[in-house]
Formats: sequence, C-alpha cells, structure tokens
Amino acid sequence: MTAPQDRKDDGGVPVPVTPAGASSTAPAEYPPASPAGRGMFGNQGSGDVSGFGGLVRQRRTIEDAPRPYGGYFDEVRDALEEAYPAFADAVEKVVVDRGELTLHIRPERIAEVCQVMRDDMALRFELCSSVSGVDYLGADARRLHVVYQLTSMTYRRTVRLEAAVSAEDPHLPSVTSVYPTADWQEREAYDMFGIVFDGHPNLTRILMPDDWEGHPQRKDYPLGGVPVEYKGAEIPPPDRRRSYQ
Amino acid sequence: MTTSNYATERETTEGRVFTVTGGDWDSVVSGTDPINDERIVVNMGPQHPSTHGVLRLILELEGETVREARSVVGYLHTGIEKNLEYRNWVQGSTFVTRMDYLSPIFNETGYALAVEKLLGISDQITERANTIRVLMMELNRISSHLVWVATTAMELGAINIMLYGFREREYILEIFEIITGLRMNHAYVRPGGVAQDVPDEAIVKIREFLKLLPKRLKEYEDMLSGQPIWLERTKNVAVLDVTGCVALGVTGPVLRSAGLAWDLRKTMPYCGYETYEFDVPTHTDGDVWGRYLVRLAEIRESLKLVEQALDRLEPGPVMVADKKIAWPAQLAIGIDGMGNSLEHVAKIMGQSMESLIHHFKLVTEGFRVPPGQVYVGIESPRGELGVHAVSDGGTRPYRVHYREPSFVNLQALPAMAEGGLIADVIAGGASLDPVMGGCDR
Repeated sequence: MTAPQDRKDDGGVPVPVTPAGASSTAPAEYPPASPAGRGMFGNQGSGDVSGFGGLVRQRRTIEDAPRPYGGYFDEVRDALEEAYPAFADAVEKVVVDRGELTLHIRPERIAEVCQVMRDDMALRFELCSSVSGVDYLGADARRLHVVYQLTSMTYRRTVRLEAAVSAEDPHLPSVTSVYPTADWQEREAYDMFGIVFDGHPNLTRILMPDDWEGHPQRKDYPLGGVPVEYKGAEIPPPDRRRSYQ
Repeated sequence: MTTSNYATERETTEGRVFTVTGGDWDSVVSGTDPINDERIVVNMGPQHPSTHGVLRLILELEGETVREARSVVGYLHTGIEKNLEYRNWVQGSTFVTRMDYLSPIFNETGYALAVEKLLGISDQITERANTIRVLMMELNRISSHLVWVATTAMELGAINIMLYGFREREYILEIFEIITGLRMNHAYVRPGGVAQDVPDEAIVKIREFLKLLPKRLKEYEDMLSGQPIWLERTKNVAVLDVTGCVALGVTGPVLRSAGLAWDLRKTMPYCGYETYEFDVPTHTDGDVWGRYLVRLAEIRESLKLVEQALDRLEPGPVMVADKKIAWPAQLAIGIDGMGNSLEHVAKIMGQSMESLIHHFKLVTEGFRVPPGQVYVGIESPRGELGVHAVSDGGTRPYRVHYREPSFVNLQALPAMAEGGLIADVIAGGASLDPVMGGCDR
C-alpha cells in the first residue's frame, strides 16, 4: 500500500498519462482513431499547438486505495466482505476518490454482488440510482465500463460499483432481477455502448431507432457524420454536403 | 372472422352481401368470448395531447380495462450527452439546461455541482452564489409543479386550471427573464457559481410573487380539492406503494406520496439546504390524489425556502475567486439577453492585452479538470436528478450521464396502469410528471 501522497493523481479512472515532455498544459489527445477524434474548425490534429499532440500516451492502471478509507467506506467494505464469501475473487479494486467509494467488480459477479448489497442487513442498498456506461477507449483493454450508483436509504449512503468488459466480449449479467429499475438504464447502456446484459428481459434499443447501426456513445463513433434518413430520402451529413466541399 | 352470429350472408357476383337484421342478443353474445376475443391493441401517441410530449404508449385493452401497457420513448433523443463530450466544461451548461425544459435550473445546478466536485472547489462556492442557487431552484420547482397542476388538470378535464397554472408560471418566467435574460434554457448556474448577480428589480418582483401565490394556490384548491369529478379521477387511481417505488427506482413526489419522506434536500443536503427551515410533505395513499396534495404542499414549502433565501441574500461575489475557473467577463443583461458587459469588452479591447489573452484562452479552450469521476444527486421536481461526470484531465467532459427522473419514473407506468381503466392511464402517466426532453435527452 502506498501512502496517499505517493499515489498518482488519476482520480480512480483509467485515463492515459500525459506524454513525457509535454510541458504545455494544452490537451494532448489520443491518436485520433476516427474523424471524431479530430479537433473543431477543420484542423486535422488535436487542436493542440504544443507539438506533442500526436504522442501516444502510456496507460495507467487503477490503484487500490489505502485503508482506512474514512467515513462509512470501511464499514461498507467490511460488511460486504463478511456477507459475501467470494469477495476476494469478485472485487478487483477499491478506489476512494473525492469522497466517493468505488468498488471495481469482476463483470460476471456483478449481479451476485448487487444481490448482497441489497439484501444484507448491514449494507441495505435498496435503491439503484443510476446505471451508465463509460468508454475508456485507448486507456483500458476492457474499455467498456458499466457504472452502478447504489443508494442505501436506510443508512443514507451511496456507493459506486464498476464493472469493465471488452468491446470484443461485452457481456455481463443483468441486475434487473435485483433492481427492476435497471431495466431501461441497461437498455440505454446497450443502445449507446453495445454492452450486452445477459438475462435482461427485453434488451432492445431504447433511445435510438430500432434499426440503427452502431452504438453512438462509444468513443470511436463520430459526432455527426451520419446520414439522416427521413421519409425515404437520405440527407448526407454536413461535412459531405455539396456546399461544404 | 365473420360469423353468422352477426348477420346472414349470401354470395353474389358483386361479392359477399350481408343482411343485417335484428336478432336475439343472446345468440349474438354466445358466439363471442368477451374475455378473450375483445383484446385490442391501441397505440396512444407519440402525438397525443395527454401524453406529455412525445411519449408513445402501446395498450392492450379488454373493453376499457388495460391488460398490458408498454411505453416507447426516444422520440426526443437529441444526443446531448454525446455533444457534451465535444464542448468545454462551461459550454456544458448550455446543453444540459435543454434536457428537462421544465426544470432547467436543476439540470444546470446538478451539472455545476458535479464539475465543482471534480475540480475540488465545492467548498469555495460563495455564500451568495449558493443562496441564489437555492432561490432559483425553488422558484423553478414552483413553476414546474404549477405546470404539473395545469397540465394534469387539463388532461383530466379541468381546462380552467390549465390557464391559471400557466398564468402563474408566466410570472416566474418573467422573474427568470429579469435575472438570467431568458425565460428558459438559461445557462445561468455555471461551474464555480452563477453567471451574474440578481438585480434588485428581481427581488421586488419575487416579493410580489410571494404575496400573490398563496392566494392563487387557495383558488386552485377551492376549484379542485372538493370537486367530485377530480376526486373520482384521482383517488385510488394508479396506486404505487413504497416497495414498488423503490424497486422501480421512482423518487420525488411519487415516492413521498406513498409515504416515504425521501428528499435529497434533507437526506443528502447540498447547496446549504441543511440550514433552511422546511418540511417534506408526504401522503400515505400512493395514488394520484396523494401526488396532487404532495405537490401543492411542496409549492408552499418552496415559497418558504424562497423567502428565507431572499432574507439571506447578503452582498458578495457570485463566482469563485479563482480566475482560472471563473468566466472572465462580467456578464450583463442587454436588450438581446445575456452577454459580455460593455465595460469588460472596452477593457480587453482597449486597455489590457493580458486580459484579452486570458479571456481568449479561457473562453475558447476552457479550464482543465483533474481526472476522476463523481456522481451528484439533487432533488429535482420529479425526483433524484443524478449527474455522473467523468473527466480524463482535459478541457472537455470525458463522459456526462444524467440519471433523469422522468426516464426512470416512466418505467413505473405499466405497474400503475395494468388492470386499471384506460382513462386512468392518463391520470397515472400525468401523475409521474414525465418531461420527455429530460427522459430522452
């Protein structure tokens, strides 16, 4: 365990490290994997004038937070460890950042952990506030993260569970049997990120049209650049319209 | 399909001819199975006046009884969350305010609180900025609940209330216009504080409103609360108990009407709500009637909060002192809305090159936010509005997700509607107060 001051300031998310030598504080981006990664106003680089924009960043791994975490976090961790025999196998990392506790859970265990989190008397996370996805393209091999915000109304606590899957095998169990409220939110994560929740009663698109191709909130999916179909006619995206060429 | 129970038929060269005559009703009825044959599927929406925007419901009916209800959303999906990733952190305010268009101040405040938490400046927000946020949020809560009373009453047949509710809401929109320059989509609450100070003119107007609204609320109650049709349409309609609410993630007035006093302003306070004096109204029936009473009571509590906030407004800064975060311009309201104040423009264009550089850098590039993720939940008029914001250390959000109460609460509609009458689908749906702009984002 490292002392808090020795920890790298990654905020508990797998973001890439700024390339060595990039002294400017201008943003150095990932090598643009698609036109979406390019800057605005038609510039082809990153919008970065420091000259370091094209460098490939190193990956940084998420680190465990040192005990004690402070507040109720230790209690939640200990209660889960006691109530859930497979704790050591299921919990990959525990991160405490900005006064929030994040438990990184192995994806195949997420439904079990949720069940314990909801039912154990010392935990009682009755409400699943939010389920969302984040795509850490280029920073994590298992780039698609599912983030669950659990709220304990009894103890007035919140905790975040995070499960990471790869884009090649984006499967993890659905938590709808534990938290029925996750139904639409998992559908949204499927729609936007292509994360497949096994055991979901009706995993279909929810916000995008049913016949849409691709998952719009993945980082390699462009903003704009998609033709729009309306009443049989196809309108090309702005950058491919005649007046812009 | 056709049986001789209804009419005798004869083949002719022109086609089949039916002879419709009077007959024995019993013989007609005996040929049908009213339970199993009469199931029809009705598509309601997305363009239906009483579905609160573009909500589509697919109802399977037997007679007037709803056997299955499924809601279809997404007609108003605008990709705001994706767009946020391509603009800097401050520009995010202008996007999120457009999500739930009946409670823009809440969207902005949730976002601002999340960005401030990521920046680690939550404790630097000035007293005055926090008070103004509370003031604006509570005014917004009143206006949102007024629209709820107005539209719900209209959907259940009381057109006059619709006019009155919108009339009072107009008053609040005028106050917002004086303060922010815009009636809606304000982008007023920003990371670090609020865009500009509240003018004295607005304080006067708010004080007038505080005197006016209680009388008007009394009028609504006189018109609705004892009204037999209103009681008939709301009592024991679309019941959802606490267990159902929590399982389906329903929060806000709907949960409180079932009896659980869960209000994030009390349970997990933010913006200094713990220092204000107010109650959390609840009801125990968990029906549309209870939700109506809870919302009216919440308007009264919000009035109390607005009054306290006005009393606390001490002169002071409304933005954090850190010039690397605070918007460089002193903004001002002109005839065409909010913009850079003329003094500031004169300064950067005529006197100080450094100010111009600073302005340019901060406005075009924006400030950097240390990497990490946060979740901030606030109590919007519809329930828990959660903002999950992720930064990768850059000048733009890496990911922002809104836990929209409209989106989550709408999942409860089948639980409320199935087994009830089709007319109660309208009452039940309206009692959830969904705003599709927020639901679909």
